[in-house]
Amino acid sequence: MKKTNVAILGSGNIGTDLLVKIHRSKYLHCSAFIGRNLRSPGMLKAQELGVFVSAEGIDYIKNNPKSCELVFDATSAQAHIEHSKVFKELNITAIDLTPAKLGPMCVPSVNLSDCLNEKNVNMVTCGGQASTPIAYAIGKTQKNVQYVEVVSAIASRSAGPATRANLDEYIHTTEEALKKFSGAAKTKAILNLNPATPCIDMQTTIMAKVENPDIEKLKPLLNEIVHRIQSYVPGYQIVVGPLVENGRIVVTIKVKGLGDYLPAYAGNLDIINCAAIAMAEEYARHWAEEGHSSHKGKII
Amino acid sequence: MNKKILISDPTLRDGNHAVRHQITAQQMATYCKAADAAGIPIVEVGHGNGVGASSLQLGEAIISDEIMLRTARENLKNSLLGIHVIPGFATIEKDLKKAIEYGVDVIRVASHCTEADLTQRHIEFARNAGKNTYGVLMMSHMISPEGLAEEAKKMESYGAESLVFMDSSGHYLPADVTERVQRLKDVLNIPVGFHAHNNLGMGIANSVAAVEAGATILDGSARGFGAGAGNAQIEVLVAVLERMGYETGIDLYKLLDACDIAEAEIIPSLPTIKSISIVSGLSGVFSGFMKPVERVSKQFNVDPRDVFFELGRRKIIAGQEDYIIEVAAELAKKAESQT
Repeated sequence: MKKTNVAILGSGNIGTDLLVKIHRSKYLHCSAFIGRNLRSPGMLKAQELGVFVSAEGIDYIKNNPKSCELVFDATSAQAHIEHSKVFKELNITAIDLTPAKLGPMCVPSVNLSDCLNEKNVNMVTCGGQASTPIAYAIGKTQKNVQYVEVVSAIASRSAGPATRANLDEYIHTTEEALKKFSGAAKTKAILNLNPATPCIDMQTTIMAKVENPDIEKLKPLLNEIVHRIQSYVPGYQIVVGPLVENGRIVVTIKVKGLGDYLPAYAGNLDIINCAAIAMAEEYARHWAEEGHSSHKGKII
Repeated sequence: MNKKILISDPTLRDGNHAVRHQITAQQMATYCKAADAAGIPIVEVGHGNGVGASSLQLGEAIISDEIMLRTARENLKNSLLGIHVIPGFATIEKDLKKAIEYGVDVIRVASHCTEADLTQRHIEFARNAGKNTYGVLMMSHMISPEGLAEEAKKMESYGAESLVFMDSSGHYLPADVTERVQRLKDVLNIPVGFHAHNNLGMGIANSVAAVEAGATILDGSARGFGAGAGNAQIEVLVAVLERMGYETGIDLYKLLDACDIAEAEIIPSLPTIKSISIVSGLSGVFSGFMKPVERVSKQFNVDPRDVFFELGRRKIIAGQEDYIIEVAAELAKKAESQT
């Protein structure tokens, strides 16, 4: 079948890891890897993989509007606000990996099909991708979800300067996503950075206060959701629970990354990238069925 | 002229760890009045882990940050009102702006000892708001003295006006403290402070080592009321400093009165070095883990001492309380498979 042409905007760690994942995809073809500096490690990696690279930034898309049908934006929130205008004008679907939050929040294991009609979707946060599906399962199966709290621990080395500077935004966005997907009136997100070596895997605990916790009712949907996540993040697994401790529901999950461009311990970065790819592949399949991509797709 | 030491009193913050964050507004008001009368320069209040930290993970406080801070503000005339802020728990928008609105004077922005760069935005914000801003490095035994100095230097560069390093697990011996204060004094141009825990019985000795090496800020709480085996006991600290010829500006009689009031009104059981605190100190695990480790170990029917040593082996840091359940569950499973 025809692969859908996609571009990656942003040649940092996230963008480069996306590229490696797309390289394996049956549905996606990276038609342009776009950054600012041809000699950056990401750009060199792309050239090594034989991918077309451009150092023109958003101008490349402006000047080559037919180069892609979908773009992953892995730049910054501020840049995405500008980029999104270009995508809209050129009718290019955008998967936003920045904290700009312009489009609706996308968590593939929960609302994949709802997002198909959107032209700009936001991938929330790493902690959000790991926790909101569990919060959703709790929201769907428990009565009166009063409060959901999520605590993530990630390896210090997996948090770059941008993540560190945007810690408050991470918390606010994750809390908003938890509200949206669980229906809880109140939510809280906490992030710990642990410097231990060897680096720890990402671990996230979801705790919920509900009326009369019913673990047996939670289990079937929880298992189904975890299976769905594992289809795009194989290293996702429950390590504790679901159980009731001190009157609250507790589930702890661990995310081991695929170790593509980023190290395997950076499950926090891997899960958001895997989710973005899962969403992009769904668009590609959907468009193929609709004949949407007939004039642009690359014929294999 | 005698050398001055600035005393900061976290009885109503660190003490909250010892009572699962259940200090009431009435108790806060009572102690604030007494501390203010004694001339304690800084009175810190809050959830054990600071503003914005009330949670299932760490324990829910019985009263909101707003009530704590407004109550303290009303009852402190001369003492400054201080808060502890950990980025990752508290955000500028949700917590820091409100705390400033409620009238805090001293903002102590804290991070795990290796993660100073998480505090940059919060320190800058507190400085820009014109507040007395501290950088605080917690669990400081988990980094080398050189590394500690490097992280401290970052906090100074963000705008911290003082630097406090905490022995959050009560793990240090006096020589460890001396070495660290000296390193910090070598690289910093701002005052250095030390916050002790007494898990290995070194709370006062370590504080003395700190001032002898050049620290000029010390934390101490009434009867040592704080996480684990408690902090350096403020009334002992002030008396010892007086004997050593240091000035604190605190009225000793009134301080002793304040501590008697704390014992009568706030502290349900006086901090002692319990068996479990010794294990916490030895294993280098955060003192605040004591209550949750006891609770979870009971539920899973495992030895809390084993839980502490396993947490220590995994280098679990303050804030990672959810790992207690994982460790206890694993130990229980192991025990089951052996029988």
